[in-house]
Amino acid sequence: MKLGIVVLEGPYQHEAADTAYNFAVAALEKGHEIFRIFFYHDGVNNATRLMVPPQDDRHIQQRWSELAEKHKLDLVVCVAAAQRRGILDEDEMKRHGKDANNIAPGFRISGLGQLIEAGIQCDRLVFFGD
Amino acid sequence: MALLHTVNKSPYERNTLESCLAHVKEGDVVLLIEDGVYAALKGGRAADTLSSANGVKICALSADVKARGLDGRLVDGVEVVDYAGFVDLVVETDKTQAWL
Amino acid sequence: MSDVKKFLYVNRKAPHGTIYALESLEVVLIGAAFEQDVALAFLDDGVFQLVKGWDTSELGAKNFQPAYTALGDYDIQKVYVEKESLEERGLSEDDLIEMVYEDEDDDWAEKSSIRIVSRQEMAEIMQDSDVVLSF
Repeated sequence: MKLGIVVLEGPYQHEAADTAYNFAVAALEKGHEIFRIFFYHDGVNNATRLMVPPQDDRHIQQRWSELAEKHKLDLVVCVAAAQRRGILDEDEMKRHGKDANNIAPGFRISGLGQLIEAGIQCDRLVFFGD
Repeated sequence: MALLHTVNKSPYERNTLESCLAHVKEGDVVLLIEDGVYAALKGGRAADTLSSANGVKICALSADVKARGLDGRLVDGVEVVDYAGFVDLVVETDKTQAWL
Repeated sequence: MSDVKKFLYVNRKAPHGTIYALESLEVVLIGAAFEQDVALAFLDDGVFQLVKGWDTSELGAKNFQPAYTALGDYDIQKVYVEKESLEERGLSEDDLIEMVYEDEDDDWAEKSSIRIVSRQEMAEIMQDSDVVLSF
């Protein structure tokens, strides 16, 4: 099946990012296709490459990036939610005259249309939030 | 048409489980995840509401049950599933509704 | 070309205390361009989003209530509000904002998009949709 996953909360603060990740891994192991993982609300904070969690615990951003690379996943961060929370890529940095950007590898910033498209294209759309 | 409902909050903190159960239909599945698994703790007030949800299968996610030290302490009738089982539930039902 | 799907946006949280009401509304507005069969559901504390007369000036946050009333312009015609949720909170339909759309099949007559439904009916509406979006 073609699955869509939506992550609505930030790393560590809520369990949503963990449940979503573990679900994604299990789905891939079962041979399902993950059409897109869409990050909204504080979920966009999963996409900062500046995350420095304690060494003896899971690195939430890194494992998203690694999973994306390994399985060619489409990790999309909502532009409006990202702007609100200060998650920027190089384009956004230039567009808004900021002095830095922080998006992690494997993530791309795009519009809410990507979420709707996932709803249309996927067989199942699963939400992980608070 | 069978729905999979996910409930991720403790029934003692939020009314999500109560609201979910008020909207389920026979044949639906309710999967307790994250703090939602506390609803299945034997002896808790919430565990009684689970047994009165006729025609609805109640499942609990093993990772969350174990993380909270609840292994072996759940009320009868709740099926514990792992993440692979979660995926199966998503695929076998017609759609998934998250009660957040 | 994919078939048109029934999208149901479920709103169960009050406005302002958290961002879910505002940001889920933003999804609805963007989603309107995709010409799917859209319906909005307001139940539990979500009904508080529709209470009229917001004044956010002292709070110092944006008043986004106009976005609800504008939904009719985005062709949102089905706004289901749960009766029991209203009653439990001491609210009635009179407390709610007006949400209207223009019915192109009826000479563009202005009609209310708000439909008060029972808990049972809301359960049916949920069963009947293809994609349920919760925030």
